[in-house]
Amino acid sequence: MIKAVMMMNTQGKPRLAKFYDFFTVEKQQELIRGVFSVLCSRPENISNFLEIDSLFGPDSWLVYKHYATLYFVLVFDGSENELAMLDLIQVLVETLDKCFSNVCELDIVFNYSKMHTVLDEIVFGGQVLETSSTEVMKAVEDISKLEAASNAVSLVPKSVSRWRGR
Amino acid sequence: MEQLKTIGRELAMGSQGGFGQSKEFLDLVKSIGEARSKAEEDRIVLSEIDILKRKLLEPDIPKRKMKEYIIRLVYIEMLGHDASFGYIHAVKMTHDDNLLLKRTGYLAVTLFLNEDHDLIILIVNTIQKDLRSDNYLVVCAALNAICRLINEETIPAVLPQVVDLLNHQKEAVRKKAIMALHRFHRKSPSSVSHLISNFRKRLCDNDPGVMGATLCPLFDLITEDVSSYKDLVSSFVSILKQVTERRLPKSYDYHQMPAPFIQIKLLKIMALLGCGDKSASEIMYMVLGDLFRKCDSSTNIGNAILYECIRCISCIIPSPKLLEAAADAISKFLKSDSHNLKYMGIDGLGRLIKISPDIAEQHQLAVIDCLEDPDDTLKRKTFELLYKMTKSSNVEVIVDRMTDYMISINDNHYKTEIASRCVELAEQFAPSNQWFIQIMNKVFEHAGDLVNIKVAHNLMRLIAEGFGEDDDDADSKLRLSAVESYLQIMSEPKLPSLFLQVISWVLGEYGTADGKYSASYISGKLCDVADAYSSDETVKGYAVSALMKIYAFEIAFGRKVDVLPECQSLIEELLASHSTDLQQRAYELQALLALDARAVESILPLDASCEDIEVDKDLSFLNGYIQQAIESGAQPYISERERSCMLETTDYHSRDHHEVPSHALRFEAYERPKPSSLPTQASTELVPVPEPSYYSEAHQPISTSSVSERESSEIKLRLDGVKQKWGRPSYQSSTSASSTPPQAANGTSSHPDVGVGSSSLKPRSSYESKKPEIDPEKQRLAASLFGGSSSSRSDRKSSSGGHKPAKGTASKPPKENPIPVQPPPDLLDFGEPTATSVTATDPFKELEGLMDSSSQDGGSTDVMGVLYSDAAPVTTTTSVDSLLSELSDSSKGNPDTYQSQTSKGPNSKEALEKDALVRQMGVNPTSQNPTLFKDLLG
Repeated sequence: MIKAVMMMNTQGKPRLAKFYDFFTVEKQQELIRGVFSVLCSRPENISNFLEIDSLFGPDSWLVYKHYATLYFVLVFDGSENELAMLDLIQVLVETLDKCFSNVCELDIVFNYSKMHTVLDEIVFGGQVLETSSTEVMKAVEDISKLEAASNAVSLVPKSVSRWRGR
Repeated sequence: MEQLKTIGRELAMGSQGGFGQSKEFLDLVKSIGEARSKAEEDRIVLSEIDILKRKLLEPDIPKRKMKEYIIRLVYIEMLGHDASFGYIHAVKMTHDDNLLLKRTGYLAVTLFLNEDHDLIILIVNTIQKDLRSDNYLVVCAALNAICRLINEETIPAVLPQVVDLLNHQKEAVRKKAIMALHRFHRKSPSSVSHLISNFRKRLCDNDPGVMGATLCPLFDLITEDVSSYKDLVSSFVSILKQVTERRLPKSYDYHQMPAPFIQIKLLKIMALLGCGDKSASEIMYMVLGDLFRKCDSSTNIGNAILYECIRCISCIIPSPKLLEAAADAISKFLKSDSHNLKYMGIDGLGRLIKISPDIAEQHQLAVIDCLEDPDDTLKRKTFELLYKMTKSSNVEVIVDRMTDYMISINDNHYKTEIASRCVELAEQFAPSNQWFIQIMNKVFEHAGDLVNIKVAHNLMRLIAEGFGEDDDDADSKLRLSAVESYLQIMSEPKLPSLFLQVISWVLGEYGTADGKYSASYISGKLCDVADAYSSDETVKGYAVSALMKIYAFEIAFGRKVDVLPECQSLIEELLASHSTDLQQRAYELQALLALDARAVESILPLDASCEDIEVDKDLSFLNGYIQQAIESGAQPYISERERSCMLETTDYHSRDHHEVPSHALRFEAYERPKPSSLPTQASTELVPVPEPSYYSEAHQPISTSSVSERESSEIKLRLDGVKQKWGRPSYQSSTSASSTPPQAANGTSSHPDVGVGSSSLKPRSSYESKKPEIDPEKQRLAASLFGGSSSSRSDRKSSSGGHKPAKGTASKPPKENPIPVQPPPDLLDFGEPTATSVTATDPFKELEGLMDSSSQDGGSTDVMGVLYSDAAPVTTTTSVDSLLSELSDSSKGNPDTYQSQTSKGPNSKEALEKDALVRQMGVNPTSQNPTLFKDLLG
């Protein structure tokens, strides 16, 4: 089971954090900081795996990938395959790439809720749900379309009427 | 120019923010990005919280605004600030009919609330409604939410709807419904136990995605109970076969690999089902063999499947052919340049070594390379492998390396683990007791605060019991070497408390035993310890008890005791100590000094730390006293059994009430403790109480701490009928510092630890000078680990004579060894390796041969590396590129505002500019943004 998904930049600022078990806000911060301090002490060009028992309790593994200014981090237990998790990060990044046509840190920062939508289509309740970025994109686009439609129905008239009211 | 670009970028972002963030949110994100310190960031967030608190209180907030406030709350909470004041608004938002708002609401509550939060009750109803919605996206949103928000009590409220959704026409919904049920199963297995058949049914779903999702709960179910799923073995195998034969739609391919995640899950399930089951394993042989043949080892995901196959094979009962294939895969991993694959190779090696121990031999150099790797993860994995393959023949090298590594790391968590592994291996395989003590000293010195206290007691016991044979001479040698090593170590500035306890105890017992060191020298040292660690009462207690023993032995020998002035002042200080334990010890010591030799000898007899202590359980020596008392009118003693008979009635009473639910209040008295069953447990623990109670000391003039467990069960206090005052702890029969004297040892004072380390130290000390080529030192290390070439073998033979075989542990003597003194470092018990027998005469030739083969290895590694690096990270590079070059591309979306940069493919200058731009946008706090608007406006 996947325990957490995190994205943080090379300065240690969290950009997205999702925990599949509940942790208090303080604990979450502690974990993010802990993970970052481990990651930034690792040199380039070594393995992407880490044993992270000290932070997440026994049987915890961490896989990370470093893209430009961002760390993508997955924390999971022994029932997952480390290399496969590395590819799951790849799936996530590929999907984001398609989603924002060449993703960068700014996209992630500014499209906070969309990020969660994408992530929810890939990982569901701690289990891998979908690994095809096209499928994920399809689902996300469906949602965006419907949301846009519902927006048009319920929100636009209001704003339009406000415009007219002026 | 720079500023202009930044602004263009910002405007682009503002309008592009498809999910509708306002300027304020973007400003917030930006200002946080620019914050140079944590304090500044906190200040910004706190003022944002104030703003939000105010705004949320306003009446009639437009829904769109509300949505944004919620997103801002989520963002704030991600930064580690409390947003609980807005939770209720998020909950309200889930009730909205608008999908966008509803989804935002669900997103926020899943991030904010845990399943036991009070507000959940307000959401359950909405979730129920949404699960019945016609819009499948609403259903999906609700399913997403229940994974996180539903607890054991609320599962029944949504369970029927979720089960209905298993037959939903949309496969995405079916998939999520399965996952939700899986989540329920994890939270409370009983709540869905009647639905397990549904999982089996869904395995035959038309949609491969749903089938794949079903594997997750099935994996859990099979982990819990293998036997009832044996009938599915052939189904899983045939599914895997179909997947590998590319029968699934193309859309399930990932990097040209058909549904790899499904394959991996299937392999995991097969590993569970085939474990220890010959017939089930046999069904799997075919498909596993196919996988090994077909798997594309040039992609990351292909290697993931290969690795999973290796894992599967290590669990089932494998065929020799599969083992061979797995070994091949492992050697490919190990030869790869990628650290990830090396890691997998080491891990696979660790798994297979249990089944075929010879597999490690051909990879010895690779393993040693990994041991020297700068990558900590790889190093640890390699130590894990070494730990698994430790035998009495290679324990010295391995434990030596482990302790060196242990000393070098700072991570306390891992230090503890590796320290306990060192101890475990040393206890299990120690070739000699001197070596054991040396290793223990090292472990204690560097990780003393982290190891279990039991380890210390084992060490003390070993020193006290010695070899366990009738070899007094060797025993006293051992003790002397221990004492000498401790006297040396004691001068180190800061030692862990536990280690000092051991040192004090050993010095007290055996410090003066062979007459090499005078009583005043030892007692001076002990006073130093008590002085230097004056805040540690346990150490002080040990030190005082040790002093007491030393003086007692002196008195018993009839020598005149000169109490050192510093010792005298220590005693005086402790007489007034706040710790009653220390006070007691000091008083005892003072009293002892005044006694004559005969009395002292019976209080602290010679070398009695291992003697059984006879306890007069009936306290018969008090009979006369009791008689007197009764005659003078005292009440006779009523034994416990009689007393409990009297209380029988109340017992009945309480027993009746056991039926009452446990959380109801009970008003009757607690049950009587049953002392007869307790003491065995308590007293087999050799752990001394940090501050032993007077109770046990008073009743037990001669106590022991370093007795083996079987003995200690006999020395427990008889407490039947004694009024129990303080509950369990008073059964603890041993006091911390045992007060028993050692044997007057007159063993020879040779240095037994001279030859001990040499064999193991040699490869290590010269290791530092290794070259990139495979140098002889590395080979020697390999040989000592794996039983490799002969030069190092003879080397070891000569250096490590005279070791006793480990105490009772299995150290098989080598098959062909002319000198039976020391088992050669043949780790794998494999006789002579072939290479050795051929080239044993000329070490240089042998070296050449090895270099040759290694260069060949290197060649193939390159091929592997090229293949791998060509294929696997293609996407990686693109995404890194794209991260840098995305600025230019995003301008496409908004050409009017961002004309300044038309992208014609990335070049380095542009990339640099973009990088600078990204920084300026405030993503990195290094930016200098304040002048941004000024320049533009001015």
